[in-house]
Amino acid sequence: MPPFLYLFLGALAIVSALGVVIQRNPIHSLLSLISTLMIIAILFIGEDAVVVGFLQIIVYAGAIMVLFLFVIWLLNLQAESGPTGHIVLKIFGSLAAAALATELFLFLAAPHLQVKRFHEPAGYGSLESLAGKLFTDYLVAFEVTSVLLLAAVVGAVALARRIPNAAGEGSSDPRAAGAIRAAEASPRVQR
Amino acid sequence: MTVELIAGAIKAILMILIGLNLAIFLLYFERKGSALIQDRIGSNRATITGLGKRLGMPNLGIINTLIADPVKLFTKEDFVPDGADKFLHTLAPFLALFPVMITFVIIPFGDTISIAGHKIDLQATNLNAGALYLLATLGLGVYGVAIAGWASNNRWALLGGIRATAQMISYELAMGLAIVSVIMTFGTLNLQEIVRGQGGVWFGFLPRWGIFTQPLAFILFLVAGVAESKRVPFDLPESESELILGYFTEYSGGKQAVFMLTDLAEQALVAMLLTTFFLGGWQIPWLMRDGFHLPGGAFLAVPALAVSLLGIVAFLVKVLALCIFLGLVRWTLPRFRYDQLMRLGWKGLVPLGLFNVLVTAFVVVATGSVQ
Repeated sequence: MPPFLYLFLGALAIVSALGVVIQRNPIHSLLSLISTLMIIAILFIGEDAVVVGFLQIIVYAGAIMVLFLFVIWLLNLQAESGPTGHIVLKIFGSLAAAALATELFLFLAAPHLQVKRFHEPAGYGSLESLAGKLFTDYLVAFEVTSVLLLAAVVGAVALARRIPNAAGEGSSDPRAAGAIRAAEASPRVQR
Repeated sequence: MTVELIAGAIKAILMILIGLNLAIFLLYFERKGSALIQDRIGSNRATITGLGKRLGMPNLGIINTLIADPVKLFTKEDFVPDGADKFLHTLAPFLALFPVMITFVIIPFGDTISIAGHKIDLQATNLNAGALYLLATLGLGVYGVAIAGWASNNRWALLGGIRATAQMISYELAMGLAIVSVIMTFGTLNLQEIVRGQGGVWFGFLPRWGIFTQPLAFILFLVAGVAESKRVPFDLPESESELILGYFTEYSGGKQAVFMLTDLAEQALVAMLLTTFFLGGWQIPWLMRDGFHLPGGAFLAVPALAVSLLGIVAFLVKVLALCIFLGLVRWTLPRFRYDQLMRLGWKGLVPLGLFNVLVTAFVVVATGSVQ
């Protein structure tokens, strides 16, 4: 990837990352976040990490951000009209931001930091090399992670499962079904 | 280098033009084909100076589709509703169209062709991780629709957007599983290599197409593909009897045309992907590089250039046939109910897809067809 393209995309990524924080409307922030993730994926692809780049788009931009969108819709988040938040929060936030900025500045300004061009071997970042690593060197970690994810899926399904009750109607909450039965039994309900 | 660059640009433009033209063909089929199916006459009014009528020809509705409708749509008022997010309202149609358009470039439409000493691969971009690129672009198709529904400031549009989002991410899973089993069968993510892997025959007559190696994956991909392109019977996001027009209720003029184009182009894309993965792409049964090897031992020599060109024709014929098939599906089946749609996706297609992947894995390992 030519340096000017790298710098251009990097600047674009920073601008859209700032957009996430600055914009008041949560949907606009979300779109900025998606564009940041996309630009980072393009940077990955440009630096020969093709599979990581595409996985970034598939998993983060394509799947997780959709969930974010649903959460924003479900919570019905509105655009904030003005600056809000407690004064203490603001003070601590400013302090943390200042500390992070100083840290970054000290790290980047350090004289020992030299940019070294890393010459990757042929096939680096390809699917073959990634799959080879995953299924030989990191097999145990890979399998453990997949079992963990499977457990999470099973847990989510178990929590969302409808429990069939005596009335024969599917309901996610047995107490709700009980309440319905009580309401039906009550003489005040006119049919 | 420059030759390759120019060839790449030409191929990319060609592929996108093929996709757009197929979309227009589907639009035409939607007018006249549906009329044929429902025993109506269909669009037969627009004409230029009544020339065809004087010559005694029936009005085929071509002027309706190609001139009258686009002119009408693009000269209409571009309306943005009160309280809508103007920027996102304008952005959404293009956000929907863009992922479909950039997916066309990975479809191989022919074998390598040599012209004047230059070997040209008849595929706009030969990506090694082609199937991953496909999944990535398909995953991005959700946002245009979702944002359109939200930015319109209309409850029907928002409901349509939510339905579309839930439907697309549900059926993407089944589609991904179908693609995974195809990838395992051919041992590559490269779409051109997948098509090459479908050359040759079994038992002397049966072409080694994906539809014969992966029949279940073909059905899964077909169903999920129709659901992805949000066409009947999966058109709940825009079901006009409930939601007016779903997520693009509040769109008019050119922007609405872009949404319609997206749906039709997506259908064309599904036809192309089905051809690539399951119908042998540009492969013609029994046609090798030197000529036809017919079952029974007959041989018919064909020059090399003609073989390549025949491949392109075969690809287009297959895609067109699938487009017509998808059109027939659209005008044959009634719409699902939303719970039926979700049940089919999560309890039907996804377990079947997982089962198919499992069986494929066993077969691939047992026959040792992977190194």
